[in-house]
Amino acid sequence: MHELALTCAIVESAEEAAKGRRVIRVSLEIGRLSGVMTEAIHFCFDEVARGTGVEGAVLDIFEIDGRARCRRCGAEFATPDFYTGCACGSIDLDRLQGEELTIKSIELEEAA
Amino acid sequence: MCAICGCDGEAKPSVLDLQTGRRTAIEPPAPEHVHADGTVHGHSHDHDHHHAPEHGTMVALEARILAKNDALAQKNRGWFLGREILALNLVSAPGAGKTTLLERTIRDLQGELPLYVLEGDQATANDGERIRAAGGHVVQINTDTGCHLDALMVARGLAELKPGPGSVLLIENIGNLVCPALFDLGERAKVAIFSVTEGEDKPLKYPHMFRAANLVIFNKIDLLPYLDFDLARAVANARAVNPDASLLRISARTGEGLETWYEWLRRGTAAAREAAFVWSPT
Repeated sequence: MHELALTCAIVESAEEAAKGRRVIRVSLEIGRLSGVMTEAIHFCFDEVARGTGVEGAVLDIFEIDGRARCRRCGAEFATPDFYTGCACGSIDLDRLQGEELTIKSIELEEAA
Repeated sequence: MCAICGCDGEAKPSVLDLQTGRRTAIEPPAPEHVHADGTVHGHSHDHDHHHAPEHGTMVALEARILAKNDALAQKNRGWFLGREILALNLVSAPGAGKTTLLERTIRDLQGELPLYVLEGDQATANDGERIRAAGGHVVQINTDTGCHLDALMVARGLAELKPGPGSVLLIENIGNLVCPALFDLGERAKVAIFSVTEGEDKPLKYPHMFRAANLVIFNKIDLLPYLDFDLARAVANARAVNPDASLLRISARTGEGLETWYEWLRRGTAAAREAAFVWSPT
């Protein structure tokens, strides 16, 4: 359950960036090849946020599909997993996307 | 609740120095705060008077979720570089033979390479005691409920263990093929131990770990005659998710193949002692 540790880091970062204001939305980008279950992040989020400035915030998670470029032929293609190779037979790839673990933005309650 | 930030008080990770018997709790570092003018201070003051109200409610962060762990890991990495220490992160499923490999390595290389061990387990100092009995310098990290070591735990362990210059630090992670893959500890290389009593498809089932590994060690090969394990297929599976990793075949029990592991350690140690540490551990 590394998702619990990740959720703690998300809540902590959001609270720090909010500088004392209440956070009403947290937006994440999580790659489908990042090894993280978004359901588990959702599951942990409310519990971890309780008692912090992030309590009650909406959690938006944008999932990013895996893509790679072949180092041999230059083709770009979708990679639903780590063992999908290029159509040319090569498995020597540059991973272009799909491993993101990023806090994109937070939304703060309007200051009074 | 979690070991990385101590966001509530349930998890109580600690380090145990097996040389002195002293146990120390791992507390999260006091949060620091950097102002625009460069002032750094702790978080004991309140913020209300410092910051003008912001009118736009959206704050773009574009921050890596693991930024804090990664920053601490980089500190550890710099600490190792400055001391010419080869730091390795040993990962595997529970029972793959990490501790047995370490015991054997310590016995065989004693007097040749200074070896230090950070032993990670959720509970007990059993493995730490085994390493100490084998003659190793060891600090046991107990993560309590934590399922992986993180860079802070390693930093705290280092403060107790104090590995000497030019040494090899072997960090035995929690037996778990999932969570430790994500957490950089500041190591030079990840070593995955894959015992032949497991399934050949482990690399496909746990691709993140095998992809992150620089070296994959097949252990318990003395048992191959009694198993249906297809080593060629396991190798092909490891190659499919990680074409770049080095592969070794050993038995930590009989000693078969261990010389290849020791040679790999010697190369890494020699590289760590070069002024510019650029060794690529494959």
